[in-house]
Amino acid sequence: MNFNDYVFYVLAAILLFAGLRVITSRNPVHAALHLVLAFFTAAGIWLLLEAEFLAIALVLVYVGAVMVLFLFVVMMLDINLDKLREGFWEALPIALPVGILMTLEMVMILGSKHFGVDRVAAPTPHPAGYSNTAELGRQLYTDYLLPFELASVVLLVAIVAAIALTLRDRKDSKFIDPAEQVKVKRADRIRMVSMPADVEIPAAAETEGKDKA
Amino acid sequence: MNAIQSDLYAALPEIIILCMAMFVLLLDLFLKSHNRSLIYIFTQLGLAAAAVVTACTHNVSVVSYAFNGMFVDDPLSDVLKLMMYLTTSVMLVYTRQYVSLRDMFRGEYFALTLFALLGMMIMVSGQHFLTLYMGLELLSLCLYALVAMDRDNPRATEAAMKYFVLGALSSGMLLYGMSMLYGVTGTLDVAEVANALLQGAPDRSVLVLGVVFLIAGLGFKLGAVPFQMWVPDVYHGAPTAVTLFIGSVTKLAAFAFMIRLLIQGLYVLAIDWQGMLAIMAVLSILIGNITAIAQTNLKRMLAYSTISHVGYLLYGFMSAGTNGYVSAMFYIMAYVLMTLGGFGIMLLLSRKGFEADNLEDLKGLNQRSPWYAFLMLIIMFSMAGVPPTLGFYAKFAVLQAALQAGFVGLVIFAVVMAAIGGFYYLRVVKLMYFDEPLDNTPIKAPIDMKVLLSLNALLLLALGMFPQRLMDICAYAITHSFQ
Repeated sequence: MNFNDYVFYVLAAILLFAGLRVITSRNPVHAALHLVLAFFTAAGIWLLLEAEFLAIALVLVYVGAVMVLFLFVVMMLDINLDKLREGFWEALPIALPVGILMTLEMVMILGSKHFGVDRVAAPTPHPAGYSNTAELGRQLYTDYLLPFELASVVLLVAIVAAIALTLRDRKDSKFIDPAEQVKVKRADRIRMVSMPADVEIPAAAETEGKDKA
Repeated sequence: MNAIQSDLYAALPEIIILCMAMFVLLLDLFLKSHNRSLIYIFTQLGLAAAAVVTACTHNVSVVSYAFNGMFVDDPLSDVLKLMMYLTTSVMLVYTRQYVSLRDMFRGEYFALTLFALLGMMIMVSGQHFLTLYMGLELLSLCLYALVAMDRDNPRATEAAMKYFVLGALSSGMLLYGMSMLYGVTGTLDVAEVANALLQGAPDRSVLVLGVVFLIAGLGFKLGAVPFQMWVPDVYHGAPTAVTLFIGSVTKLAAFAFMIRLLIQGLYVLAIDWQGMLAIMAVLSILIGNITAIAQTNLKRMLAYSTISHVGYLLYGFMSAGTNGYVSAMFYIMAYVLMTLGGFGIMLLLSRKGFEADNLEDLKGLNQRSPWYAFLMLIIMFSMAGVPPTLGFYAKFAVLQAALQAGFVGLVIFAVVMAAIGGFYYLRVVKLMYFDEPLDNTPIKAPIDMKVLLSLNALLLLALGMFPQRLMDICAYAITHSFQ
């Protein structure tokens, strides 16, 4: 084993630990922080694979932006984890065997028999001065131009949808549309209430009258 | 430079729709609320322009690739795109009154509809797993937002949430299946995948597992049993205008998606996916038809009816022959026309603050308006598959193709289930003609909607009597698109 292998195993161990803590920790803030750790170590593994651009993008985008936003959300919303975990033990007797069975099936097919190291030729290391970023850019703007542009449309739709679903007119606006005022109908302003006639007073007057007589 | 020009030329209709969607978004900002109908007009103009371009650039039986083979312009895509413009345009006419009465007549409604259409066009023309997937995501994202568009309706929000979660899950499955295929064949290009498979890919078990995931993802998107849980809830919860969109136009895209993935890409594995489709088809017909009988809500009933229609569609696919695909394409065209009509009647009967989405609301329609009752009668007969209508011929063609492929038992089962399914369609007819109306509010609608709705229903009758023309178009599109 050379130095690279040691680095890989250390990073992989940290990644596994962090991933497990994300789903097991009781405190959502801890879970989010462990996710940050997981992203960071994954970026390290990508560096080992000579994918510098992706590694840096992962740190910048996920650790720097997405997870910080996520932490804000977690801290602002008062999430009761115990409620989320309700029914865990009742579902376990069914979920566990199903999960184990699925894992076994997938290991049988996706294991080293079909995707082992010996099945794939080892990649040749790139020469010095090879720029990952330039290569990626070239691919995106030539071979993958169409999906790249489509991705930008998807992002635009995400923005439009988010605004359409959340933006409302200002509640404190006092603006009045004259056309709306003219169109108003009687029924919009006046509510007819049917009240029972008061019958007790004449009855009382009658008895009074009888008394006098 | 020349290559880029020809690329852009092939994708011209998509570019028009994209520009129009962004134009509508911008225009909305500068319009006062009383001339909002300009947006509607521009949207329709955009659709018309795209249709003209698609028709003009259509080269008879020429298949041209663009963007490094990621995009294809063939007769199949042209025919399906033209049908999409038509149905989207008709849908906008039907829903115009409905959305303006519900505070949804905003630029976003039209822009998102156009973006969704763009996604579908990409799905129809995609020739690369990545392009196909991007088109699908574009479509789904627009649909989630459209379902939740009626923001103060908790049922719509719930439906959007369910749709979103299950949609994300199914996208994940599709991607997982695609990644396994990539792992074995080393390419994402549909044609190259087909080539690699033809030369005999070594890891058959991995391929089959990939196909399982692909089929599961497709099943979710189509709403086939056992992946149908979201269909009734989304149909019921979404505003009827959006339900109409989800129920009609998107099915055309789903059909093209299946053609591209299963037939152009994975035809070599037909022996594997045939069985999976057969199971889904049988279950869909069974559960769709039986559950629809118990519904009191018209939208839910039509949702289960969609599930059973998807089952019949899969009958066409599982026969895995040209006849089967042609009949499946015919079926999906017929289904789209029927759904447009059915939901059109529902939109016609709805008014401000009132949704005509219960079966009871159709009671005594004959006394309120004999003409619309007659139109609904045609639509219901067509959905049930009663002879002189289009629905009959569609079912007939699909089942005939399945019979030729040797699925005798399954065809008999489908015929029996069609008879059982007839019950709930005919119940609608009974409610319209033999019951007393619950309310006698006069039916008000714009004249263009009335004319189109009448044409739509009469078309079901006319095409049912003379189906050959439509059949020829489908046959042309299928046979000239595959080498």
